[in-house]
Amino acid sequence: MTDPDKCAACGECVAACPAVAREIVGQKMTVAEVMAQVKKDVIFYDQSGGGATFSGGEPLMQPQFLLALLAACRAEGIRTAVDTTCHAEPQIVRQVAETADLFLCDIKHMDCGMHRQYTGVGNERILDNIRLLAGIAREIYIRVPIIPGFNSGRENMDQTSRFVQSLKTVRRVDILPYNRGGLEKAVRLTGGIDLMQAQAPGDDTMAEIAGVLRGYGFEVKIGG
Amino acid sequence: MTAFYQSDVPMRESVPVCRALAFKYLMEHKTICVNDGELIVGEKGPAPKATPTYPELCCHSMQDLQILNDREKIPFAVSEDVRRVYREKIIPFWSGKTMREKIFKAMDEPWRQAYEAGMFTEFMEQRSPGHTVLDNKIYRKGMLDFMQDIQHSLQALDFFNDPQAYAKQQELHGMLICVKALIRFAERHADKARDLAARERDPQRKAELERIAEVCSHVPAHAPRDFWEALQYYWFVHLGVTTEMNPWDSFCPGRLDQHLYSFYKKGIEEGTLTSEQARELLQCFWIKFNNQPAPPKVGVTAAESGTYTDFAQINSGGMKEDGSDGVNDVTYLVLDVVEEMRLVQPSSSIQVSKKNPDRFVRRAAKIIRTGFGQPSVFNCDLIAQELIRMGKSVADARNGGSSGCVEVGAFGKEAYILTGYFNLPKVLELTLNNGVDPRTGKRIGIGTGEPEQFGTFEQLFEAYRRQLNYLIDVKMRGNNIIERLYATYMPAPFLSILIDDCIASGRDYHDGGARYNTNYIQGVGLGTITDALTAIKYHVFDRKTVSMRDLLAALCANFEDHEPLRQTLWQKTPKYGNDDDYADDVMRSVFEVYFQAVDGRPTMRGGRYRVNLLPTTVHVYFGSVMGATPDGRKAGLPLSEGISPVQGADRQGPTAVLKSAAKMDHGRTGGTLLNMKFNPQVLEGDDGLDNLKDLIRSYFRLDGHHIQFNVVDAETLRKAQARPEEYQNLIVRVAGYSDYFVDLGKDLQNEIIARTEQKAF
Repeated sequence: MTDPDKCAACGECVAACPAVAREIVGQKMTVAEVMAQVKKDVIFYDQSGGGATFSGGEPLMQPQFLLALLAACRAEGIRTAVDTTCHAEPQIVRQVAETADLFLCDIKHMDCGMHRQYTGVGNERILDNIRLLAGIAREIYIRVPIIPGFNSGRENMDQTSRFVQSLKTVRRVDILPYNRGGLEKAVRLTGGIDLMQAQAPGDDTMAEIAGVLRGYGFEVKIGG
Repeated sequence: MTAFYQSDVPMRESVPVCRALAFKYLMEHKTICVNDGELIVGEKGPAPKATPTYPELCCHSMQDLQILNDREKIPFAVSEDVRRVYREKIIPFWSGKTMREKIFKAMDEPWRQAYEAGMFTEFMEQRSPGHTVLDNKIYRKGMLDFMQDIQHSLQALDFFNDPQAYAKQQELHGMLICVKALIRFAERHADKARDLAARERDPQRKAELERIAEVCSHVPAHAPRDFWEALQYYWFVHLGVTTEMNPWDSFCPGRLDQHLYSFYKKGIEEGTLTSEQARELLQCFWIKFNNQPAPPKVGVTAAESGTYTDFAQINSGGMKEDGSDGVNDVTYLVLDVVEEMRLVQPSSSIQVSKKNPDRFVRRAAKIIRTGFGQPSVFNCDLIAQELIRMGKSVADARNGGSSGCVEVGAFGKEAYILTGYFNLPKVLELTLNNGVDPRTGKRIGIGTGEPEQFGTFEQLFEAYRRQLNYLIDVKMRGNNIIERLYATYMPAPFLSILIDDCIASGRDYHDGGARYNTNYIQGVGLGTITDALTAIKYHVFDRKTVSMRDLLAALCANFEDHEPLRQTLWQKTPKYGNDDDYADDVMRSVFEVYFQAVDGRPTMRGGRYRVNLLPTTVHVYFGSVMGATPDGRKAGLPLSEGISPVQGADRQGPTAVLKSAAKMDHGRTGGTLLNMKFNPQVLEGDDGLDNLKDLIRSYFRLDGHHIQFNVVDAETLRKAQARPEEYQNLIVRVAGYSDYFVDLGKDLQNEIIARTEQKAF
């Protein structure tokens, strides 16, 4: 077990173990290094109409780096998507919208109090930013993680739908079934406290919620 | 057969005529069976799922028969009667006279040594040259038309100027005998069906039997008039080819959808055929293939190989002769049948051209997703390029395709012979031991220097190249003799009727009569040899963190007490399959050396040698004769298969595997085999189908030759291994073919489980 307060992430333990029992998650890279990776798959983007998606963590937390990558992709003719919580300075959101082709914006809960309780922040700034993007972004998909006992109730879905309708420019809402894959990370970091205490939703629940959203006229994908 | 050879015919007649008379004898004496309910008739043996043996090629010993009867995997019931006939008649007569014995007698000592060491295998020691595919000629011409062609050829013989005129005359006489024999064989089926019809009470079956009799009286003597006759004609031809000899992986109809389309269209337009009837006939046809077990092998092969049903790969889609989109209504019908029947054989492939609609690829992807390893997917545009590079005309190349596992040829116009697998990693093992096989201490290769004396990776690689060239020479010298043995003793006059231009040239299929003649040597273990060389380059020469001496000591000890070094070699080394040029460049170098050693060299039938890269299941055997390798693989474990990365070495996802594999110049091969395995979930929904389609299309834009998919999860496979009785119908893609998982040996099962499971796109 690593004590996160004491580990300096120097990597010596990783180098010393031939069996790769230890690893450093994540690495520092330059724009050129990231682009070298991104460009490896150009043939697949060209074939499928896909491109590079910048997600996180939260890509808007490294705005200069993100902007440089988006510009580099644009120069290479690679389509880009930014997968974000939209919890950022509007100024940054505005800048990123100039070069990104697609935004994937999460809406976790329409109730500000619930949002604060579970994520540590309220949702005002997030919803403001989404409103802002609705006017300037090339394309937006809204993504809702479906977490039973937290946001999967009918009322929240209706509120979410009405909000997205009010944006007028967004047609697509994807719903993502909660999965407990993150627990493994929690175990590795903290010894494993399940903060969410939630189960993965069943296929029925997902289909039902998709039906509700489609009733509002959205194009809906489960799993997006 | 033995009775025939014991007569004085072999002493009286020329070899081709004698072979033709043997064929006639079989066609006249074979038990005729018309099974209940079937529409397409004819079996190779006296009953479905029975198989004849071919003692003239390779005679089973009493012990072989015992093994075949007793083995756990796919036993063949060998009755006491059969044993007695073998003991008293067949074995005493054939001993010393079979092709197998002729071949081993003719091989020199270096060949024998290398063969025994597991350096290469030899296809023709147990079965005859095969993998032949038919074009559209039988749908246009009856056997009587071929008879006329043969007679024209006979009339044109020039006994004044052509020293080969007599040999040609005998070959053509042999063909004439075979034409008549096949027609007679069909007539015997017509008689039998008529007999059964007379006694049949069910009016529907009675009508069917009468129709069968009518069909069998018309084809193969005449060109087929409708869909039913076309299929029955092909089937008689198939039985003819596989009765005449025991060709490797039998015989295939090739582009079945294109061959049948005109009959289908005509039937639908005239109202004489419905798509339901066409579907039923195709289903009957499929069952025919599935009823043909591959004739059992002998010796070690009989014990170890879970012998499969005889291969036949039916190509769908692709392009037409004029280069246009070849997909038609029958294509989709064939794919429906593949999905409904879920049979191991005939194996199905789709030939994908950039001109084919996405609907076609998606339809096939839907079947792939159901997880029985079919259809396999070929790049038809690239195959045409490969064939053109090898000297085929544009039309012949477009009419060509793939057969057996992945090998390509000009359908109906080429004898392309797989001659044996070649163990690429074993060459390195010999190089690291200065030509000596460490397993036996015998000298197999040439002296290329003590490895500790190599100052650079280039010196090591040069030694590898010299060692490889020498061993290819050993193999090729053997091949060239074996070719002449077949040309001399085992002509195939019936098959020669079917392959252009044997009739026109009066020469046998085994003797250069075909328009094109290719010999393939199949390289095996590309992933393993790449990773092994890469590990040496990286650790010994570039980073100098491991000495050659330590590495050799660890290999010699099978990494016993060297686990940290093994982990380093296995985990902390660039590996092929990750789109990492460090390793992939080594792969390219290995390919280049192999290609240069083989490609373009003359065969004894007037053709050229070419390379392809496919393993079937031999990577397991080749691994079993090898010690530990510098990529961290322990002694005896399987090698990598096809051009796939070493099992578990690819960690960057499927697109990286495709990128790495595509760095090889597939256009200069005659086939490569790439396996990928997915969980069924990966391919869920319309998105899953589109992803699979795009993955295929992308790989083919990169000029990949072939890709096939296993869609099962490792968990399922482990359960199947533990409780085979519950998973009898689980089909997995093995190499160039699918098989029942529970019928595979344990090593092969483990190997399939270990193949990297791709978790997501």
